[in-house]
Amino acid sequence: MVLSLFLQNLANGLSLGSLYALIAIGYTMVYGILRLINFAHGEIFMLATYLLYYGFLIFHLPWWASFIVAIALTALIGMLSEKIAYRPLRNSPRISVLISAIGVSFFLQNLCIVLFTGIPKSFHRPTFFKSIFQFGEIRIQSTLFASVIISAIFLTILIYIVYRTKTGLAMRSISVDIETSRLMAVDVDKTISVTFAIGSALAAVGGILWALRFPQIFPLMGMMPGLKAFIAAVVGGIGNIPGAMLGGLFLGMSEILFVAFFPVLSGYRDAFIFVILILILLLKPDGILGKNVQEKV
Amino acid sequence: MKKQNEKLFTILALVVLGVLVYLAESNLDAYKLRILNLSAIYVTLGVSLNLIYGFTGQFSLGHAGFMAIGAYVTTLLVLPPYYKEMIFILEPLVWPFTVMHSPFIVALLLSGLLSALVAILVGLPVLRLKGDYLGIATLGFAEIVRIIANNIPQVTNGALGIKGIPEFSNLWWTVGVAVFTIYIIKGLINSSYGRALMAIRENEIAAEVVGVNLTYHKVMSFAVSAFFAGVAGGLFACLITTIDPKAFMFVMTFNILIVVVLGGLGSITGTVIAAFLFNYSLEYLRPVEAGFSIGPIVIPAIPGLRMVAFSVLLLLVILYMKKGLLGGAEFSWKGLFQFFRKIFPNKKSSEGSAR
Repeated sequence: MVLSLFLQNLANGLSLGSLYALIAIGYTMVYGILRLINFAHGEIFMLATYLLYYGFLIFHLPWWASFIVAIALTALIGMLSEKIAYRPLRNSPRISVLISAIGVSFFLQNLCIVLFTGIPKSFHRPTFFKSIFQFGEIRIQSTLFASVIISAIFLTILIYIVYRTKTGLAMRSISVDIETSRLMAVDVDKTISVTFAIGSALAAVGGILWALRFPQIFPLMGMMPGLKAFIAAVVGGIGNIPGAMLGGLFLGMSEILFVAFFPVLSGYRDAFIFVILILILLLKPDGILGKNVQEKV
Repeated sequence: MKKQNEKLFTILALVVLGVLVYLAESNLDAYKLRILNLSAIYVTLGVSLNLIYGFTGQFSLGHAGFMAIGAYVTTLLVLPPYYKEMIFILEPLVWPFTVMHSPFIVALLLSGLLSALVAILVGLPVLRLKGDYLGIATLGFAEIVRIIANNIPQVTNGALGIKGIPEFSNLWWTVGVAVFTIYIIKGLINSSYGRALMAIRENEIAAEVVGVNLTYHKVMSFAVSAFFAGVAGGLFACLITTIDPKAFMFVMTFNILIVVVLGGLGSITGTVIAAFLFNYSLEYLRPVEAGFSIGPIVIPAIPGLRMVAFSVLLLLVILYMKKGLLGGAEFSWKGLFQFFRKIFPNKKSSEGSAR
């Protein structure tokens, strides 16, 4: 493979990977705290793109303003979903909460089909995001830059919140032991709400960047990216935030490089991801950065 | 109550069921039969998932994959050879499949056996995983099956799918298979194998310490479960008469999981009831999207509203019935008669004081 083509693919992989990383963090944070695979997370991601679409179309907001509104509303919806569908099940078997998450996912998908129809809508990109940079033989879309830079900014903010603030400390303590945290006067419900808000906001950022990159939106668009981002979280070590970032980058990169090296097999790109998942689980069940917890009787 | 009496009652109930199936087949229209058939297939799917998840405690999300295997095997076996030549437009069907042809029952059995074989091959490495990790790995497996089906048009006709599958599935088949599934799985659970499986569910390490061979039992449970999922997939293909890889996305597994959890984990009776409730509620919600009026407010017809209402219903049920409909309780003749005795206490009682 020619070097320039390789670099081109590397850049594509990096940008796709940063999107997976953004979505994966929502999964990993919620899993770390509630031990719940939040299957509705992909739909939260999808909702953000629709909110942005209508922000442009109906309210004619400038693009940065509709970004902010979409992110804020998505965070709110994420919090609401937790309050309505997961909080009442806090002391129930975990499988009930999982079914509840599937229910939320069905609900959001079908609601969007009713409200926005199932027909894909073409997403209007602000002109700034249409431009293409040329470096020698490598052509890089501005959205690619945007996705890497914006992801990096938001991930830095996240790391700051989780590791340097009191709320972050509360989150980390809940993920270790929810009951003890409560005894230590941590407001568990509030912290979980904040977790959902942050996770959903990051999913919204991911969704917006996704829509800028693949400008077509439809109600079922969240399923596959959502599942892959969850896999990224598992690959990186679920419950571990740097792990989710690493897993996302790793997955995005391997997906693009797989297609680049074996164009004949491009139909199997999703299957390849699942093969990676199964292999990683078998070789290192706790993921790349996961801690190996010893079994106790 | 004596054991023999229970057997007698079971046989009687089966005869009644047979009469009901006969009456339904000869009186009901195609639409109602379709719902009944689908419910019966969901019973098979649900009970088989309940074996691996509810009774063995292994979180498997791979059912859609096994269904897909069964559906394609059955389809390729029951389609007449001349018809296969006609429909494979993208790429001609490859050799062994062009000439293969078998009766429905053989096709169903082979579907189940192939699913079980795949389950053994996949299960041997994967079943070492635990909890959610196992769930996500098996879900990955099911997706791999679907993607492969999408990418080998010379066998599956790719994304176009296969149409015009003969409609062999009727109530005799679907209900028959459901009863057979319940019979086998109930027998399995009440045997020493079943106790080993439940021991694994309760505590894996403790089970291993008392001498339960973990790998053997898990893989066996997984394979039996996959066998029935494969058979159900075959029935499904011959009921819907058209299949394509999209029908076997992980949403299919979620539907089965919903049936199992709503019925109550580890309750076969609950699964049966939930399977019928699931399919019937989907159908009974159809008027919702046809448009209706509440007093002066007229709500126009909104296509798709049915599924919104369904998901709300699902959420409400799971929020208010946290342990499922039956919460692990099981139907038994003893229980039924005790129930009747409780309602009509003045009849002669005192027979069989302890359960």
